[in-house]
Amino acid sequence: MPPDSPTAASPAPDIPTSTPPGLIALFVAFAKISLAGFGGVLVWARRAIVDQHRWMTADEFNETYALCHFLPGPNVVNLSVVFGSRFRGIPGGIAAFAGLLGPPMLIVTMLAALYAHFGEIDALRRILAGVSCAAVGLLISAVFRMMMPLVKRRDLVGLVVMAAVFTAIGLLRLPLPAVLLVAIPLSIAITFAIRRRVTA
Amino acid sequence: MNSDANPIWTLVWTFGLMSLFAVGGANAAIPEMHRVAVDVQHWMTDKQFADVFAISQMSPGPNVLIVTLIGYSVAGVGGALAATLAMCVPTAVLAYYVSRLFARSRTHSRWPAIIQAALVPLSIGLMSASGLILALTSDRTWIAAVVTVVAAVLAFATRLNPLWMLLAGGCLGFAGVIG
Repeated sequence: MPPDSPTAASPAPDIPTSTPPGLIALFVAFAKISLAGFGGVLVWARRAIVDQHRWMTADEFNETYALCHFLPGPNVVNLSVVFGSRFRGIPGGIAAFAGLLGPPMLIVTMLAALYAHFGEIDALRRILAGVSCAAVGLLISAVFRMMMPLVKRRDLVGLVVMAAVFTAIGLLRLPLPAVLLVAIPLSIAITFAIRRRVTA
Repeated sequence: MNSDANPIWTLVWTFGLMSLFAVGGANAAIPEMHRVAVDVQHWMTDKQFADVFAISQMSPGPNVLIVTLIGYSVAGVGGALAATLAMCVPTAVLAYYVSRLFARSRTHSRWPAIIQAALVPLSIGLMSASGLILALTSDRTWIAAVVTVVAAVLAFATRLNPLWMLLAGGCLGFAGVIG
Protein backbone atom coordinates (compact mmCIF):
# COMPACT_ATOMS: atom_id res chain seq x y z
CA MET A 1 0.00 0.00 0.00
CA PRO A 2 1.44 3.44 -0.92
CA PRO A 3 2.27 5.73 2.02
CA ASP A 4 -0.10 8.44 0.83
CA SER A 5 -3.05 6.08 0.63
CA PRO A 6 -6.29 7.85 1.53
CA THR A 7 -8.03 7.25 4.83
CA ALA A 8 -11.05 5.01 5.13
CA ALA A 9 -13.41 8.00 4.99
CA SER A 10 -12.72 8.98 1.37
CA PRO A 11 -13.41 6.62 -1.51
CA ALA A 12 -10.05 5.09 -2.30
CA PRO A 13 -9.33 3.97 -5.86
CA ASP A 14 -8.27 0.51 -4.63
CA ILE A 15 -11.63 -0.17 -2.98
CA PRO A 16 -13.50 -2.66 -5.11
CA THR A 17 -16.32 -1.06 -7.06
CA SER A 18 -19.21 -2.88 -5.48
CA THR A 19 -22.24 -1.23 -3.93
CA PRO A 20 -22.04 -1.25 -0.13
CA PRO A 21 -24.19 -4.04 1.31
CA GLY A 22 -27.54 -3.32 2.94
CA LEU A 23 -28.66 -4.65 6.32
CA ILE A 24 -30.33 -7.77 4.94
CA ALA A 25 -27.35 -8.49 2.68
CA LEU A 26 -25.04 -8.22 5.71
CA PHE A 27 -27.20 -10.57 7.76
CA VAL A 28 -27.48 -13.14 4.97
CA ALA A 29 -23.78 -12.98 4.07
CA PHE A 30 -22.64 -13.56 7.65
CA ALA A 31 -25.25 -16.28 8.22
CA LYS A 32 -23.87 -18.10 5.16
CA ILE A 33 -20.27 -17.58 6.27
CA SER A 34 -21.11 -18.91 9.71
CA LEU A 35 -23.06 -21.97 8.58
CA ALA A 36 -20.36 -22.92 6.04
CA GLY A 37 -17.60 -22.68 8.60
CA PHE A 38 -17.00 -25.91 10.44
CA GLY A 39 -14.10 -25.43 12.81
CA GLY A 40 -12.88 -22.23 11.21
CA VAL A 41 -15.09 -19.40 10.07
CA LEU A 42 -12.27 -17.06 9.04
CA VAL A 43 -11.50 -18.78 5.72
CA TRP A 44 -15.14 -18.47 4.69
CA ALA A 45 -15.33 -14.87 5.83
CA ARG A 46 -12.36 -13.99 3.61
CA ARG A 47 -13.80 -15.91 0.68
CA ALA A 48 -17.21 -14.22 0.92
CA ILE A 49 -16.06 -10.66 1.70
CA VAL A 50 -13.03 -10.42 -0.58
CA ASP A 51 -13.57 -12.90 -3.42
CA GLN A 52 -17.31 -13.31 -3.76
CA HIS A 53 -18.89 -9.95 -2.87
CA ARG A 54 -15.78 -7.75 -3.34
CA TRP A 55 -16.79 -5.62 -0.36
CA MET A 56 -13.15 -5.26 0.71
CA THR A 57 -9.73 -5.67 -0.86
CA ALA A 58 -7.48 -8.39 0.55
CA ASP A 59 -5.33 -5.73 2.25
CA GLU A 60 -8.31 -4.08 3.91
CA PHE A 61 -9.52 -7.48 5.08
CA ASN A 62 -6.12 -8.34 6.58
CA GLU A 63 -5.96 -4.96 8.32
CA THR A 64 -9.45 -5.36 9.78
CA TYR A 65 -8.71 -8.90 10.88
CA ALA A 66 -5.43 -7.88 12.54
CA LEU A 67 -7.34 -5.30 14.56
CA CYS A 68 -9.95 -7.87 15.62
CA HIS A 69 -7.28 -10.40 16.47
CA PHE A 70 -5.51 -8.23 18.98
CA LEU A 71 -8.76 -7.34 20.71
CA PRO A 72 -10.05 -9.91 23.20
CA GLY A 73 -13.02 -12.15 22.54
CA PRO A 74 -14.10 -14.28 19.60
CA ASN A 75 -12.21 -12.83 16.60
CA VAL A 76 -14.80 -13.52 13.94
CA VAL A 77 -17.54 -11.99 16.08
CA ASN A 78 -15.43 -8.84 16.41
CA LEU A 79 -14.82 -8.90 12.67
CA SER A 80 -18.54 -9.10 11.88
CA VAL A 81 -19.29 -6.03 14.01
CA VAL A 82 -16.39 -3.95 12.70
CA PHE A 83 -17.20 -4.92 9.12
CA GLY A 84 -20.96 -4.34 9.35
CA SER A 85 -20.63 -1.00 11.12
CA ARG A 86 -18.12 0.26 8.55
CA PHE A 87 -20.80 0.06 5.86
CA ARG A 88 -24.04 0.71 7.73
CA GLY A 89 -23.15 2.12 11.15
CA ILE A 90 -24.41 0.48 14.32
CA PRO A 91 -27.42 -1.21 12.64
CA GLY A 92 -25.01 -2.77 10.13
CA GLY A 93 -22.83 -4.07 12.94
CA ILE A 94 -25.86 -5.58 14.65
CA ALA A 95 -27.09 -7.16 11.40
CA ALA A 96 -23.73 -8.85 10.74
CA PHE A 97 -23.44 -9.93 14.38
CA ALA A 98 -26.96 -11.41 14.34
CA GLY A 99 -26.29 -13.19 11.04
CA LEU A 100 -23.05 -14.70 12.31
CA LEU A 101 -24.42 -15.89 15.66
CA GLY A 102 -28.20 -16.31 15.27
CA PRO A 103 -28.57 -19.29 12.90
CA PRO A 104 -25.72 -21.44 14.31
CA MET A 105 -26.91 -20.62 17.83
CA LEU A 106 -30.34 -22.07 16.96
CA ILE A 107 -28.65 -25.25 15.72
CA VAL A 108 -26.36 -25.54 18.72
CA THR A 109 -29.26 -24.92 21.14
CA MET A 110 -31.17 -27.76 19.47
CA LEU A 111 -28.11 -29.99 19.80
CA ALA A 112 -27.85 -28.97 23.46
CA ALA A 113 -31.48 -29.99 24.02
CA LEU A 114 -30.85 -33.34 22.30
CA TYR A 115 -27.74 -33.85 24.42
CA ALA A 116 -29.67 -33.05 27.60
CA HIS A 117 -32.24 -35.74 26.70
CA PHE A 118 -30.05 -38.40 25.14
CA GLY A 119 -26.59 -37.64 26.49
CA GLU A 120 -26.70 -40.63 28.82
CA ILE A 121 -27.35 -43.12 26.01
CA ASP A 122 -24.32 -45.34 25.80
CA ALA A 123 -23.78 -45.20 22.02
CA LEU A 124 -23.90 -41.39 22.03
CA ARG A 125 -21.52 -41.21 24.98
CA ARG A 126 -19.03 -43.38 23.09
CA ILE A 127 -19.35 -41.37 19.87
CA LEU A 128 -18.84 -38.06 21.66
CA ALA A 129 -15.86 -39.47 23.54
CA GLY A 130 -14.28 -40.42 20.17
CA VAL A 131 -15.08 -37.06 18.58
CA SER A 132 -13.63 -35.13 21.50
CA CYS A 133 -10.35 -37.10 21.30
CA ALA A 134 -9.99 -36.13 17.64
CA ALA A 135 -11.11 -32.53 18.28
CA VAL A 136 -8.45 -32.13 20.98
CA GLY A 137 -5.87 -33.37 18.46
CA LEU A 138 -7.01 -30.70 15.99
CA LEU A 139 -6.67 -28.00 18.64
CA ILE A 140 -3.18 -29.18 19.58
CA SER A 141 -2.08 -29.10 15.94
CA ALA A 142 -3.40 -25.53 15.66
CA VAL A 143 -1.30 -24.60 18.70
CA PHE A 144 1.83 -26.05 17.11
CA ARG A 145 1.15 -24.21 13.86
CA MET A 146 0.93 -20.94 15.80
CA MET A 147 4.07 -21.80 17.73
CA MET A 148 6.22 -22.50 14.65
CA PRO A 149 6.96 -18.84 13.76
CA LEU A 150 8.25 -18.24 17.32
CA VAL A 151 10.45 -21.34 17.12
CA LYS A 152 11.77 -20.44 13.65
CA ARG A 153 12.59 -16.88 14.72
CA ARG A 154 14.29 -18.28 17.86
CA ASP A 155 12.10 -15.84 19.78
CA LEU A 156 13.32 -16.93 23.21
CA VAL A 157 11.44 -14.20 25.09
CA GLY A 158 8.18 -15.08 23.36
CA LEU A 159 8.62 -18.76 24.12
CA VAL A 160 9.35 -18.03 27.79
CA VAL A 161 6.24 -15.83 28.07
CA MET A 162 4.23 -18.58 26.36
CA ALA A 163 5.57 -21.23 28.76
CA ALA A 164 4.86 -19.02 31.77
CA VAL A 165 1.22 -18.52 30.73
CA PHE A 166 0.89 -22.24 30.02
CA THR A 167 2.21 -23.06 33.51
CA ALA A 168 -0.01 -20.53 35.28
CA ILE A 169 -3.22 -21.48 33.46
CA GLY A 170 -2.72 -25.11 32.43
CA LEU A 171 -0.73 -26.53 35.37
CA LEU A 172 -1.46 -24.23 38.32
CA ARG A 173 -5.05 -23.57 37.13
CA LEU A 174 -4.98 -19.94 38.21
CA PRO A 175 -7.91 -17.64 37.26
CA LEU A 176 -7.54 -16.07 33.81
CA PRO A 177 -8.15 -12.40 34.76
CA ALA A 178 -5.50 -12.50 37.50
CA VAL A 179 -2.91 -14.11 35.22
CA LEU A 180 -3.55 -11.70 32.35
CA LEU A 181 -3.53 -8.60 34.56
CA VAL A 182 0.08 -9.53 35.37
CA ALA A 183 1.10 -11.05 32.05
CA ILE A 184 -0.21 -8.40 29.62
CA PRO A 185 1.61 -5.36 31.09
CA LEU A 186 4.73 -7.46 31.61
CA SER A 187 4.74 -8.78 28.05
CA ILE A 188 4.10 -5.31 26.60
CA ALA A 189 6.93 -3.84 28.70
CA ILE A 190 9.35 -6.56 27.57
CA THR A 191 8.37 -6.19 23.91
CA PHE A 192 8.73 -2.41 24.13
CA ALA A 193 12.15 -2.64 25.81
CA ILE A 194 13.43 -5.09 23.19
CA ARG A 195 12.21 -3.01 20.26
CA ARG A 196 13.77 0.13 21.69
CA ARG A 197 17.10 -1.62 22.12
CA VAL A 198 16.94 -2.91 18.55
CA THR A 199 16.17 0.50 17.06
CA ALA A 200 18.59 2.41 19.33
CA MET B 1 -20.85 -14.59 43.31
CA ASN B 2 -23.14 -16.35 45.79
CA SER B 3 -24.56 -19.69 44.74
CA ASP B 4 -28.18 -18.84 45.57
CA ALA B 5 -28.23 -16.04 42.99
CA ASN B 6 -30.19 -16.44 39.76
CA PRO B 7 -28.06 -18.71 37.52
CA ILE B 8 -28.71 -16.45 34.50
CA TRP B 9 -26.97 -13.55 36.23
CA THR B 10 -24.09 -15.80 37.21
CA LEU B 11 -23.75 -16.77 33.53
CA VAL B 12 -23.90 -13.14 32.38
CA TRP B 13 -21.35 -12.02 34.94
CA THR B 14 -19.00 -14.98 34.32
CA PHE B 15 -18.95 -14.86 30.53
CA GLY B 16 -19.19 -11.07 30.31
CA LEU B 17 -15.95 -10.80 32.25
CA MET B 18 -14.38 -13.70 30.37
CA SER B 19 -15.20 -11.99 27.07
CA LEU B 20 -12.79 -9.17 27.88
CA PHE B 21 -10.02 -11.56 28.92
CA ALA B 22 -10.27 -14.01 26.00
CA VAL B 23 -6.98 -12.93 24.41
CA GLY B 24 -6.67 -14.95 21.19
CA GLY B 25 -10.32 -15.91 20.86
CA ALA B 26 -12.75 -18.40 22.34
CA ASN B 27 -10.40 -21.40 22.33
CA ALA B 28 -7.93 -19.47 24.47
CA ALA B 29 -10.62 -19.09 27.15
CA ILE B 30 -11.34 -22.83 27.40
CA PRO B 31 -9.18 -23.33 30.54
CA GLU B 32 -11.12 -20.56 32.25
CA MET B 33 -14.46 -22.03 31.09
CA HIS B 34 -13.38 -25.41 32.48
CA ARG B 35 -12.20 -23.90 35.74
CA VAL B 36 -15.48 -22.03 36.28
CA ALA B 37 -17.94 -24.62 34.93
CA VAL B 38 -16.37 -27.78 36.41
CA ASP B 39 -14.23 -26.75 39.38
CA VAL B 40 -15.84 -23.60 40.80
CA GLN B 41 -19.58 -23.66 39.93
CA HIS B 42 -19.97 -27.46 39.44
CA TRP B 43 -22.26 -26.85 36.47
CA MET B 44 -21.00 -29.99 34.70
CA THR B 45 -18.66 -32.95 35.06
CA ASP B 46 -15.35 -33.37 33.27
CA LYS B 47 -16.98 -35.83 30.86
CA GLN B 48 -19.81 -33.41 30.08
CA PHE B 49 -17.28 -30.64 29.44
CA ALA B 50 -15.44 -32.87 26.97
CA ASP B 51 -18.81 -33.68 25.35
CA VAL B 52 -19.85 -30.05 24.86
CA PHE B 53 -16.42 -29.29 23.40
CA ALA B 54 -16.93 -32.16 20.93
CA ILE B 55 -20.44 -30.93 20.03
CA SER B 56 -19.21 -27.36 19.52
CA GLN B 57 -16.44 -28.55 17.20
CA MET B 58 -18.90 -30.62 15.14
CA SER B 59 -21.39 -27.78 14.77
CA PRO B 60 -21.26 -25.02 12.17
CA GLY B 61 -20.48 -21.52 13.36
CA PRO B 62 -17.74 -19.90 15.39
CA ASN B 63 -15.97 -21.86 18.17
CA VAL B 64 -17.42 -19.50 20.75
CA LEU B 65 -20.69 -21.45 20.63
CA ILE B 66 -19.30 -23.81 23.28
CA VAL B 67 -20.60 -21.20 25.74
CA THR B 68 -24.10 -21.68 24.28
CA LEU B 69 -23.89 -25.35 25.29
CA ILE B 70 -22.57 -24.52 28.77
CA GLY B 71 -25.32 -21.92 29.20
CA TYR B 72 -28.00 -24.41 28.13
CA SER B 73 -26.83 -27.01 30.61
CA VAL B 74 -27.08 -24.41 33.40
CA ALA B 75 -30.39 -22.71 32.63
CA GLY B 76 -31.97 -24.06 29.42
CA VAL B 77 -32.70 -21.83 26.41
CA GLY B 78 -32.49 -18.63 28.46
CA GLY B 79 -29.10 -19.70 29.76
CA ALA B 80 -27.89 -20.50 26.25
CA LEU B 81 -28.89 -17.05 25.02
CA ALA B 82 -27.54 -15.23 28.09
CA ALA B 83 -24.15 -16.99 28.01
CA THR B 84 -23.67 -16.42 24.26
CA LEU B 85 -24.58 -12.73 24.36
CA ALA B 86 -22.50 -12.16 27.50
CA MET B 87 -19.47 -13.74 25.83
CA CYS B 88 -19.89 -11.81 22.55
CA VAL B 89 -21.44 -8.39 23.21
CA PRO B 90 -18.84 -6.71 25.51
CA THR B 91 -15.94 -7.44 23.18
CA ALA B 92 -18.04 -6.57 20.10
CA VAL B 93 -18.79 -3.13 21.59
CA LEU B 94 -15.08 -2.71 22.37
CA ALA B 95 -14.17 -3.72 18.81
CA TYR B 96 -16.65 -1.19 17.41
CA TYR B 97 -15.19 1.72 19.38
CA VAL B 98 -11.55 0.75 18.83
CA SER B 99 -12.06 0.39 15.07
CA ARG B 100 -13.66 3.85 14.92
CA LEU B 101 -10.76 5.27 16.89
CA PHE B 102 -8.33 3.72 14.42
CA ALA B 103 -10.26 4.88 11.37
CA ARG B 104 -10.39 8.45 12.65
CA SER B 105 -6.78 8.91 13.72
CA ARG B 106 -4.75 6.94 11.20
CA THR B 107 -1.52 8.07 12.81
CA HIS B 108 1.25 5.59 12.27
CA SER B 109 1.71 4.85 15.92
CA ARG B 110 3.79 1.80 16.70
CA TRP B 111 1.77 0.90 19.79
CA PRO B 112 -0.76 -1.34 18.03
CA ALA B 113 2.10 -3.38 16.57
CA ILE B 114 3.85 -3.61 19.94
CA ILE B 115 0.67 -4.66 21.74
CA GLN B 116 -0.08 -7.22 19.06
CA ALA B 117 3.44 -8.68 19.22
CA ALA B 118 3.19 -8.83 23.01
CA LEU B 119 -0.15 -10.63 22.95
CA VAL B 120 0.80 -13.37 20.47
CA PRO B 121 2.87 -15.50 22.90
CA LEU B 122 0.19 -15.00 25.57
CA SER B 123 -2.55 -16.33 23.35
CA ILE B 124 -0.43 -19.32 22.27
CA GLY B 125 0.27 -20.07 25.94
CA LEU B 126 -3.48 -19.96 26.65
CA MET B 127 -4.25 -22.20 23.67
CA SER B 128 -1.66 -24.76 24.75
CA ALA B 129 -3.21 -24.78 28.23
CA SER B 130 -6.55 -25.44 26.49
CA GLY B 131 -4.96 -28.39 24.70
CA LEU B 132 -3.63 -29.83 27.96
CA ILE B 133 -6.88 -29.43 29.91
CA LEU B 134 -9.00 -30.86 27.11
CA ALA B 135 -6.58 -33.78 26.67
CA LEU B 136 -6.82 -34.52 30.40
CA THR B 137 -10.64 -34.47 30.26
CA SER B 138 -10.98 -36.42 26.98
CA ASP B 139 -8.15 -38.93 26.93
CA ARG B 140 -9.12 -41.32 29.70
CA THR B 141 -7.49 -44.38 28.08
CA TRP B 142 -4.21 -44.80 26.25
CA ILE B 143 -6.05 -45.58 23.00
CA ALA B 144 -7.89 -42.26 23.35
CA ALA B 145 -4.53 -40.52 23.75
CA VAL B 146 -3.26 -42.28 20.62
CA VAL B 147 -6.31 -41.03 18.67
CA THR B 148 -5.56 -37.48 19.84
CA VAL B 149 -1.90 -37.72 18.84
CA VAL B 150 -2.74 -39.21 15.42
CA ALA B 151 -5.33 -36.48 14.77
CA ALA B 152 -2.82 -33.81 15.82
CA VAL B 153 -0.09 -35.19 13.55
CA LEU B 154 -2.45 -35.60 10.58
CA ALA B 155 -3.84 -32.08 11.00
CA PHE B 156 -0.33 -30.65 11.33
CA ALA B 157 1.27 -32.52 8.43
CA THR B 158 -1.57 -32.84 5.88
CA ARG B 159 -4.31 -30.64 4.49
CA LEU B 160 -6.98 -33.25 5.22
CA ASN B 161 -10.37 -31.72 6.04
CA PRO B 162 -10.68 -31.77 9.86
CA LEU B 163 -14.26 -33.02 9.58
CA TRP B 164 -12.92 -36.41 8.43
CA MET B 165 -10.89 -36.72 11.61
CA LEU B 166 -13.88 -35.86 13.80
CA LEU B 167 -15.91 -38.44 11.86
CA ALA B 168 -13.18 -41.07 12.25
CA GLY B 169 -12.99 -40.32 15.98
CA GLY B 170 -16.77 -40.70 16.27
CA CYS B 171 -16.67 -44.04 14.42
CA LEU B 172 -13.87 -45.37 16.65
CA GLY B 173 -15.84 -44.25 19.68
CA PHE B 174 -19.03 -45.90 18.42
CA ALA B 175 -17.13 -49.13 17.79
CA GLY B 176 -16.15 -49.10 21.45
CA VAL B 177 -12.44 -48.76 20.76
CA ILE B 178 -11.93 -45.65 22.86
CA GLY B 179 -13.63 -47.04 25.99
